[in-house]
Amino acid sequence: MSSKISAEELKQEMLKKYPAKVARKREKQIIVNRHVGEFEGRPTAPPIAVNSRTIPGILSMRGCAYAGCKGVVLGPTRDIVHIVHGPIGCSYYAWLTRRNQTRPERETDPNYMTYCFSTDMQEQDIIYGGEKKLRKAIEEAIAIFHPKALDIFSTCPVGLIGDDVHAVAREMEAKYPDVNIFAFSCEGYKGVSQSAGHHIANNKVFTDVVGLGDMRKPGKFRMNLLGEYNIGGDSFELDRIFAKCGLTLQATFSGNSTYEEFASSHTVDLNLVMCHRSINYMADMMEKKYGIPWFKVNFIGAAATAKSLRHIAAYYDDPELTARVEAVIAEEMPAVLAAQARHRPRCEGKTAVMFLGGSRAHHYQDLFKELGMDTVSAGYEFAHRDDYEGRHVLPTIKVDADSRNIEELTVLPDPEQYRERLSAEDKAALKGKGILMNGYEGLMPEMAEGALIIDDLNHHEAEVLIDKLKPALFCAGIKEKYVIQKSGVPLKQLHNYDYSGPYAGFQGAVNFYQEIDRMVNATPFTLVKAPWQESPELNAAYAWVG
Amino acid sequence: MLLRHTSAETTVEREALTINPAKTCQPIGAMYAALGVHNCMPHSHGSQGCCSYHRSMLTRHYKEPVMAATSCFTEGASVFGGQANLLEALGNIFTIYNPDVVAVHTTCLSETIGDDLKQMTAKAIESGKVPEGKTVLLANTPSYAGSHVTGFSTMVKGMVDALAVSTEAHKLDVINIIPGYVEPSDMEEIKRLASAAGVKTILFPDTSNVLNGPMTGKFRMYPSGGVTVAELRATGDSRATLALGPAASSAAAKALDIKCHVPCEILELPIGLGATDRFIDSLRRLAGVSVPESINRERGQLLDVMTDMHQYTYGRKVALAGDPDHLVALVDFLVSMDMQPIHIVSGTPGKSAEQRLRPSLDKLGRPVNVKIPGDLFQLHQWIKQEPVDLIIGGTHCKYIARDEDIPLLRFGFPIIDRVGHQYFPTVGYKGGLRLLEKILGLLMDRQDRDAPEERFELVM
Repeated sequence: MSSKISAEELKQEMLKKYPAKVARKREKQIIVNRHVGEFEGRPTAPPIAVNSRTIPGILSMRGCAYAGCKGVVLGPTRDIVHIVHGPIGCSYYAWLTRRNQTRPERETDPNYMTYCFSTDMQEQDIIYGGEKKLRKAIEEAIAIFHPKALDIFSTCPVGLIGDDVHAVAREMEAKYPDVNIFAFSCEGYKGVSQSAGHHIANNKVFTDVVGLGDMRKPGKFRMNLLGEYNIGGDSFELDRIFAKCGLTLQATFSGNSTYEEFASSHTVDLNLVMCHRSINYMADMMEKKYGIPWFKVNFIGAAATAKSLRHIAAYYDDPELTARVEAVIAEEMPAVLAAQARHRPRCEGKTAVMFLGGSRAHHYQDLFKELGMDTVSAGYEFAHRDDYEGRHVLPTIKVDADSRNIEELTVLPDPEQYRERLSAEDKAALKGKGILMNGYEGLMPEMAEGALIIDDLNHHEAEVLIDKLKPALFCAGIKEKYVIQKSGVPLKQLHNYDYSGPYAGFQGAVNFYQEIDRMVNATPFTLVKAPWQESPELNAAYAWVG
Repeated sequence: MLLRHTSAETTVEREALTINPAKTCQPIGAMYAALGVHNCMPHSHGSQGCCSYHRSMLTRHYKEPVMAATSCFTEGASVFGGQANLLEALGNIFTIYNPDVVAVHTTCLSETIGDDLKQMTAKAIESGKVPEGKTVLLANTPSYAGSHVTGFSTMVKGMVDALAVSTEAHKLDVINIIPGYVEPSDMEEIKRLASAAGVKTILFPDTSNVLNGPMTGKFRMYPSGGVTVAELRATGDSRATLALGPAASSAAAKALDIKCHVPCEILELPIGLGATDRFIDSLRRLAGVSVPESINRERGQLLDVMTDMHQYTYGRKVALAGDPDHLVALVDFLVSMDMQPIHIVSGTPGKSAEQRLRPSLDKLGRPVNVKIPGDLFQLHQWIKQEPVDLIIGGTHCKYIARDEDIPLLRFGFPIIDRVGHQYFPTVGYKGGLRLLEKILGLLMDRQDRDAPEERFELVM
């Protein structure tokens, strides 16, 4: 840790203001990073008590299951009509606010992303039930928009009054057999964070969409990218790189995606997992049912991008592909290195802290390393222990009541479509090349010892961080943005990229270097004091030389 | 096209499906109102997603810290009731964040399960979760009724219900002003006008110096602005209440009349010349003061630009989406400049808005499309049927504006892609002048852009 205060002192500083019960809980969620052992050649971290209930009144950064399901996973898909069943707010707030960019191929292709659909439930719907209104709303949506698929998102009151959204979906699908209609029970009170909504979304897309289509994009090396949401155009940059490498991206879950791509996504030979937290369920289920292997990738950071591309080439084990990937890396890197040379000297030695969803607090550390910046404290908003400590802890995670309420599907190999892609020997060979099949090493083993890991950071703890650590940059979201900036520290939004981007891939890395340089050297932040505040005493007021 | 599926023809009469709403839900309005109380922590009694969404949206609109807490309902709380969560939240908020006031509003979740806020708050006080001298405000704001405007109105009424008292035998020379659902800059402007007229006022809520605070290098959890608890108590001793914007302000004004016998006048928002005239006129009568020359001069300046630039406003067609109080005042202003507001929607339900629009619209002598409650999809269809020269509404209208190539004046809530509304008012004569300047700028820029080279004007 770069500042004078130790991580343990910092932790105690955070805890001391808390009532005893709160302190006891937070004590287990704020951990000084240590490498306490070893698992398959990697360091292991101490356990952290995460994915537990948010403390009422604490000012957490978290959102709800609906946000995870509609906002994160399904929202970026452009040609499904997403009807939010509930009072108006839930649909309103998730209307275009996440900056998932989308680019239909033709002017005539469907794109519903700019539309916000809601049943706008009123008091009589709460009292007498909302199913009738939902049915009517679906009929109206189909009459106006003629979609291939339509989905329904349940908000809090829907579950409480007992509307059976799944029955409505089945009934309406029987009436409109050309439209795939399915529903999500993603009420906001489910689980403890957005994470529950991711799981609910994964389950339903897996059972009701994946496997229904046969639109195979041509190519020898066909794969899906899971957990990439095209914030600020990240997917566009990755599409560019994959195309250049000769890789075929069948489906992205779910940035810049279409229904048909989801439906045909089971036809590939590899799943790449980007945001582990939000989509690992899908990767696991597709492996069990179709035999599609998966591994974790990271396209945030130029070195990480190159490494991930090399892993893909190693997986397919094709000399031509390997050569092409190497050629692409060689072609892309000079511009990246030139940008690093420009920006690194202006950023080097500065510190960052990062508190984001369930992956970015890890991924973006690579980009900061490329700028010579250390991440001195980090944490997730809604992650589980495996995101912090690595997937090897999965068997030891205790499932609590909140998580048990989220359905865990039992998935068996499909008698016709299951095909094993890798033998045990293949897997061992890949491991030898540093590829962790079905694996994720987690945030903590990769962070320096002594860094402070804080799960579900709240406002009080953020204030202590700013006060005691004085980082050069704070990375979080919109709610934290101006709180932190009022303190004189720039905040980079890494949920929505501050309306900029892309930051993924090679060109994204260049954008990011420039953006961070801009922020940590921003002139306005140096102008806080007026001249009379800098030197308030009146000295020799009349002693000018005339 | 961004809204490529919207066509001029109506294929189906919608009864159940809202597309591109022109309103949002009650709790966000309650949260905004609560931020206008000094040293107050707004609190959302529901699942944490509501609070997160409301804070995010208000933050996008103001580009300022928006602090608020939540009861963080889980599935268990939703079944067994939220009392334990509320008590725990209140204890934590007062211990960790030490506000003077916690302003609790409900959500669709806690309303659906029937949580009784009054009883729960009594329980919290009884069990020592609310320290001595601290205040808890309450507002029932189910998202399945009304809109953000209703939520604002209910929380403002909650301030009266909890705090206003009548202590003096005779009322004091103070006028209460309830500013309505307007921006911090507008609240500041209303105070400035009253002060220029020499009227002592209590303005509530007051988000100025809360949601347009300075950058000082030091974050303040509770900024310097906001109406204080003492002032809210004292509203019961004021001579009269002036409520601006019936939808947002009349509930509190009437409650104050019933509770403390403070008579009220309910006016439209002082946006534009005529509405500001009526505001100033009521203010001077209620307070017994004469209008100073400085205000006459401001009025004259606004009227000067209205007369001088009349050729650019005359006959121009406008489509509007917004809140009822905003729309009624804006339409009155537009019609007073001989503009033609021809398509009007508000998502906020209620029959009175259309009745209040009628006197202005009747002057147009032509049919006008009004749908309340209506949505932006409907507004867009009307624009395709009969195009307009200008759209007035929140940021979401920019998709229509781009597809149809029509200039957009951002007005109301939310404005999440521009700044200015936090700092520059649209109420009062000065605010009217700013609005008019913006309208003229948009119309004249368009004329410049579209003029053939030979008709490109140097002087306009």
